[in-house]
Amino acid sequence: MIAPTDIPSRTNPQETFVLNLGPQHPAAHGVLRIKMTMDGEYVTRAEPIPGYIHRMHEKMGENRTWTQFLPNTGRIDYLSALHYNHAFVGAVERAARIEVPPRAEYIRVITSELNRISSHLVWWSAYLLDLGGFTPLLYAFADREKILDLLEAITGSRLTYCYFRFGGLCNDIDDAFIQGTRAFVAQMRPRLKMYRDLVTDNIILRKRLEGIGPISAELCRKYGATGPVLRGAGIAYDVRKVEPYSVYSQLDFHIPVFPEGDSMARYRVRMAEMEQSLRIIEQALDKLPAGPVMGKVPRVLRLPAGDYCYAVEAARGRHMVRVVSDNKDIPYRVKLRTPSFSNLSLYEEASKGMMLPDALALLGSLDLVIPDIDR
Amino acid sequence: MSFLTAEPVRLLLALVCIMAFVGLNAAYLVLAERKGAGRFQRRPGPNEAGYGGWLQPVADVAKLLSKQLIVPPGTDTILFRLAPLMVISPAMMCLAVIPFSQTLVARNINVGLLMVFSFGSINVMAIMLSGWASRNKYAIISAARVVSQNVAYEIPMLLVVITLLMVTGTMDLNEIVRQQAGWFWHWNLFKVWVNPLMPVTFVIFFICMLAETNRAPFDMAEAESELVAGVFTEYAGMGFGVFFMAEYANIVLGCSLGTVLFLGGWQSPFGLWPGVVWFLLKLYALIFTVIWVRWTFPRTQFYNLLNLSWKILIPISLFTLLLSSAMIKLF
Amino acid sequence: MKASILDVPRGFWSLLVGMRITLTQFFKPVITVPYPHKTLPIPARYRGPIELTADPATGKALCIACKLCERACPSDCILVAGVKLKGEKKKSVTEFKLDFTKCSLCGACVEVCPCDAIRFSKNYNLASTSKEDYIFDLVARLQAEKKQP
Ligand code: SF4
Ligand code: SF4
Repeated sequence: MIAPTDIPSRTNPQETFVLNLGPQHPAAHGVLRIKMTMDGEYVTRAEPIPGYIHRMHEKMGENRTWTQFLPNTGRIDYLSALHYNHAFVGAVERAARIEVPPRAEYIRVITSELNRISSHLVWWSAYLLDLGGFTPLLYAFADREKILDLLEAITGSRLTYCYFRFGGLCNDIDDAFIQGTRAFVAQMRPRLKMYRDLVTDNIILRKRLEGIGPISAELCRKYGATGPVLRGAGIAYDVRKVEPYSVYSQLDFHIPVFPEGDSMARYRVRMAEMEQSLRIIEQALDKLPAGPVMGKVPRVLRLPAGDYCYAVEAARGRHMVRVVSDNKDIPYRVKLRTPSFSNLSLYEEASKGMMLPDALALLGSLDLVIPDIDR
Repeated sequence: MSFLTAEPVRLLLALVCIMAFVGLNAAYLVLAERKGAGRFQRRPGPNEAGYGGWLQPVADVAKLLSKQLIVPPGTDTILFRLAPLMVISPAMMCLAVIPFSQTLVARNINVGLLMVFSFGSINVMAIMLSGWASRNKYAIISAARVVSQNVAYEIPMLLVVITLLMVTGTMDLNEIVRQQAGWFWHWNLFKVWVNPLMPVTFVIFFICMLAETNRAPFDMAEAESELVAGVFTEYAGMGFGVFFMAEYANIVLGCSLGTVLFLGGWQSPFGLWPGVVWFLLKLYALIFTVIWVRWTFPRTQFYNLLNLSWKILIPISLFTLLLSSAMIKLF
Repeated sequence: MKASILDVPRGFWSLLVGMRITLTQFFKPVITVPYPHKTLPIPARYRGPIELTADPATGKALCIACKLCERACPSDCILVAGVKLKGEKKKSVTEFKLDFTKCSLCGACVEVCPCDAIRFSKNYNLASTSKEDYIFDLVARLQAEKKQP
C-alpha cells in the first residue's frame, strides 16, 4: 500500500502552494528550513535551505592552533562528538607521525562505539517522535542516560566531549567505567529486543516505512551519501571496514546491509548497528591492553607542510577531516566533510512526488543533525 | 417542590450537570492523560502543582484563560470564533441521552442512538470550519484530512451499530442496557450465540471511535510532528482550550457509547447491584485503554488510515452484518 | 491476497504485543529524578567553570600568573594578571577573570597549567538573566571561599 508517486507534476502556480517547513518546524529537529512546493498533500519540490546555524568551524580552524581547534570538533555533530574528535586527532597524528599507545586506541574505540549507540538512540527516539510515537523516546533516553553517565564519569562532559588528544586521551578509564560498560552491554541486549517488539515489528510503523522513500545506490553515489543511508541501499560501505582506522581491523564485527533502500532499510541498518557496536565494545574491553594512554607529543605542535586526510565512520556516515599545513602552529586550512550535508542533498530528488507525511518520514530516516549540515 | 419535577427545570438541571461533568472530565482527563503518559514512560508526570499534581488542571485553565485570544488577520472571524463552540456543543448534547444508570438520564428518547450519531457528525464540520477559517496552510491540509478520515470511519462505525441494532431491535439506549441484564456473558460484547463475531465488532467500534475522536494513532487533525498543530495551529488561549475540552468530551461520549452498547452500561458483571458506579467503572476502563493506545503506537500514515477503513474494516463489518442477519433469520 | 489477509491478524497481534510492553512498563517504578528536590551525585571529573586552587598550607592561590592558560584557551576567555611580591621567587596572581559566556569547558587551561593552579568546579546551577553574571572573578571567589570554608 504505497502512495501513488507518479502524479503529474503541475507547473501552474495557481495549482500549487508553498509550504514553508521550518526553521522552527517540529519535524525539522533544529533549524533546518525546507521550502516545499505542494500540490495538495503531494510534494512536487522540496528545497532544503540550510544555513541557519552556520558557525564557520572551518574558518575558526584557520585562526587557532591545532590544539585549540579540538573543542570545536565536538560541536559539529553534537550527537557523535567523539567520532569527530577522532577524525581530527587522527588527521593531526597522521601528519605529525605521532604514535598512539594501544590502550588509548582501544579506549577510543570503546567510547566511540558507546557514542554511536547513544547517537542512534537519539535518532531512533526522535524519528519515532516524527512518526507520532512518544513513549519510545523516554525508553531510549533512559538507556542513553546510562551511556551519558558512563562517558561523563570519564570525559567530564555529557554531550560535547573533548576527550581525545593528539597522541592519546586526556585521561584514562577506571574500573568503574569498565564494569559499568559491561553491565550496560548486558542490559542493552534485552532492551534492543524490547524495542523490536514494541516498535520495529509494529504494523503501524512497518506500514509507514516499508517502501517509503526509496533511495537507490545510484542516487547515493550521485550525492555522496554515506553511512546508514548508503548501507540501507545495499552497499556495504563502512569506513571501519574499507579503510580501517584505529584498531577496528583487530575486532570482529560485520556491517549490516539492507538492499531495499526504503526508510525501513535505513531503520533496520541502525538498529542492527547498535547490536554490532555492543559486540565491538565487548571485544575491545576483553582485549584492552595495559599501558599509558598518552604517547610522546612535542610541546609545540608544528605539522610538516602538506595535505593530510583522515576519515572515520561517524554515526551518520563518513566524516573526513582534511588539514593543510604550511609548517606553522596554526592550520592553513581545515576542511570538514560531514555526512549530514551529503545525506541532505539527495533529499530534493528523493522526495519528489511523495505525500507530506512520507516526505517527513524520509527526512527523519536520513538522520540529520543540523549543525553537522551547516558546520 | 413540584416545580423541580417539571420537565423544563429538570432539563435545565440536567444540562448544568452535563456541563459540569464534561468540564470536570475534560480538566481531569487531561491530568489523567499526562499522568498516564508519565507512568507509561516511567516518569511521574505533572507533580508540582498541588499534592501529586492534582491542581495542575486549575493551573492549566488559569494559564489558558490569561492568554490573549488572537484572531489572525485575514481569517473568517465569525467562523473562526464559532468553530470551538460548534465542536463542543454536539458532544454535550449527545451526553443527554446516555443512561448513566437506570434513572440517571437527562432525556430518555427512543431514538437515542440515532441522535448520538447525527449530532456526532457535526463535529467533523466544525473541525473543518476551524481549519478553513484559520487561513493557515497547515490547518487546511489537516482539515481536508479530517473530513476524509471521518467520512471513511463513519461507515464501518454505522455498519457495526446496525449489526448491533439487529441484535437489540431498539434504538433506545436505556432499553439496550436493560437487555444486557444478568451476568457479564449477557453483555452484547459476549453474545457470541447471536453473532460469533461480536468481539470483533467491538474492536471495530473501538477503532472507529478512536478515529472519529481524532485520537492517536489516528490524530490526523493535530499531527503535531507534521502539521505543527493541524487545525488548532492558529488558536490561542481558551479557543484552543475549548478544542481540547471537546476532544475529551468526545472521548467520554465515545466511551460511554461503547459501554452502553457493548459492555452492559450500568449493569453489573455478576448480576447484582446494578448502578451508576458500574457505568463509571467501565467508562473509565475504556478511557484508560484509549490513553494506553495513544502512548503505545506511532501515528498512522494518512492513506494507510483510509486503507484500513475501506479495505479492512468495512468488509469485515459488512460481513458481520450479513452474518448476524443470517443468524437471526435462521435461529 | 493470502498474505494481505494474513497481515490483518498478524498486524493486530503486533499491536497487542506493543500494548503489553507499555502496560508492563506502566507498573514498574519511576526512573526519573525529581530535580531540583533531588539531585544526582556529580562525577569527580565533571567539568564546571574553572576555579583557582589554593595551597592547603598557606591558603594562597597556587597560580603564578604565567599566563599559559590565557594563551592556551581557544576562546580567549581567561584574563590573568600578577605581581611579583617582595621576598617571593614567583609571581602571585592579582587578577583572574573568566568569561564563562565563551568558555567551552574544553580543559586546555587545566591541562596546560604548570602548577595545577586551576581545576574544574562542580557548579552547574548557573542560570542568570544578565551577561555580566558570567564574568567570574576567580581571585575574589577564592578569597570568599577561604573566609567561609
Ligand atoms: S576550559 Fe577551555 S575554554 Fe574554558 S577557560 Fe579553559 S581553556 Fe578556555
Ligand atoms: S592558572 Fe596556571 S597556567 Fe594560568 S596563569 Fe596561573 S599558573 Fe599559569
